Amino acid sequence: MAGGKEIRTKIKSVQNTQKITRAMEMVAAAKMRKAQERMRTARPYGEKIRNVAAHMSRAHPEYTHPFMGERSNSGRVGVILVTSDKGLCGGLNTNVQRLVLGKIKAWDQEKVQIDAVAIGNKGLGFLQRLKAIVVSSVTGIGDTPHLDMLIGPVKVMLDAYAEGKLDALYVFYTKFVNTMKQEPVMEQLLPLASEKLEGATGTWDYIYEPDAQSIIDQTLRRYIEALIYQAVAENMASEQSARMVAMKAASDNAGNVIGELKLIYNKSRQASITKELAEIVAGAAAVG
Amino acid sequence: MAMTMQVDIVSAEESFFSGLAEFVAAPAIMGEVGVHPRHAPMLTRIKPGSVRVKHAMSGEETLIYVSGGILEVQPDVVTILADSAIRGENLDEAKAQESKKRAEEALKNRDASMEFAKAEAELAEAVAQLAAIQKLRKIR
Repeated sequence: MAGGKEIRTKIKSVQNTQKITRAMEMVAAAKMRKAQERMRTARPYGEKIRNVAAHMSRAHPEYTHPFMGERSNSGRVGVILVTSDKGLCGGLNTNVQRLVLGKIKAWDQEKVQIDAVAIGNKGLGFLQRLKAIVVSSVTGIGDTPHLDMLIGPVKVMLDAYAEGKLDALYVFYTKFVNTMKQEPVMEQLLPLASEKLEGATGTWDYIYEPDAQSIIDQTLRRYIEALIYQAVAENMASEQSARMVAMKAASDNAGNVIGELKLIYNKSRQASITKELAEIVAGAAAVG
Repeated sequence: MAMTMQVDIVSAEESFFSGLAEFVAAPAIMGEVGVHPRHAPMLTRIKPGSVRVKHAMSGEETLIYVSGGILEVQPDVVTILADSAIRGENLDEAKAQESKKRAEEALKNRDASMEFAKAEAELAEAVAQLAAIQKLRKIR
């Protein structure tokens, strides 16, 4: 049985760990609330822009933007992987990476190659380990996602698609269901799924200034950006709640370990006292 | 009662304004436009500048600065999809280049991060082994 002092130090160190995990839990809880709020404020923009895009695609059936309509000839698809920058958030990143890995294997069999964009540090490392072609990346997003940081990588992908280098564009991220549940999802961004654009009816058309095509192009680009921003905001809310849950579990585990160690410590202390007493009694008996 | 229309000014990051108004003025790309209720449907780009909204009830005016975006007008709804960042053809291109460069740099530093990941995995394995040994000892 280990000595009393060693167990005491061990208990101390577990207690220190518990303090840290508990603090991280509380920080994550506070950040989660803000991240959820941000996720909600991003929604109206996406909805409004979708309405506009839906109407335009209906008013102009003769003009098809490259972002609409199926095609398959280049044998490459684009993948945008949204992950967190930091770890210690349970299985969040692993789950979405597993989804990506499964898809990549399926594409591999169809001889489809991928061009990847990594948003977040963890995904970047993952894609590099896979030896995937990472055409652009953004890391260090911080606690508040800004569209500013996403414009660059998104443009790289949209341009590649417009030039016909990509057949499709997908985004992978972790969807926020509720505090306890987050699920990894894959969404198709391009070509624009037509069912997403349903809703507006009627035969009227806008007055376009300066011209229809440039506005349609801009609107669709903004729409894709909004979708990706939404994915990043949602991923961030998922990250914080996953971290909160993981840190809560860690604090609970630390509590259990401390309990066990204390039991062992007390047992060994009592054993040594009993032993000492027995020695004294035996000594006295020998003298007497 | 005066005619009113629903006005929403939103960006990807936040919602600036949402409510009833009787007049909106916005800096469109071809010149400032003023919109009253029952305007013909219109879609235009807007330049960075202030949007003026005249509230329906109080008649007060609010000025909201937007850094460009898209203005959509329908007879009783006006929507401004504001950009949440300063945009421009060249600026966007520069950002795209920058993000490409970052990915290339990360690729160059691949060895370092690879080694780190490898060390991390080995460490996790060692810790698991230690825990197993300790458990065995406890049983004895």
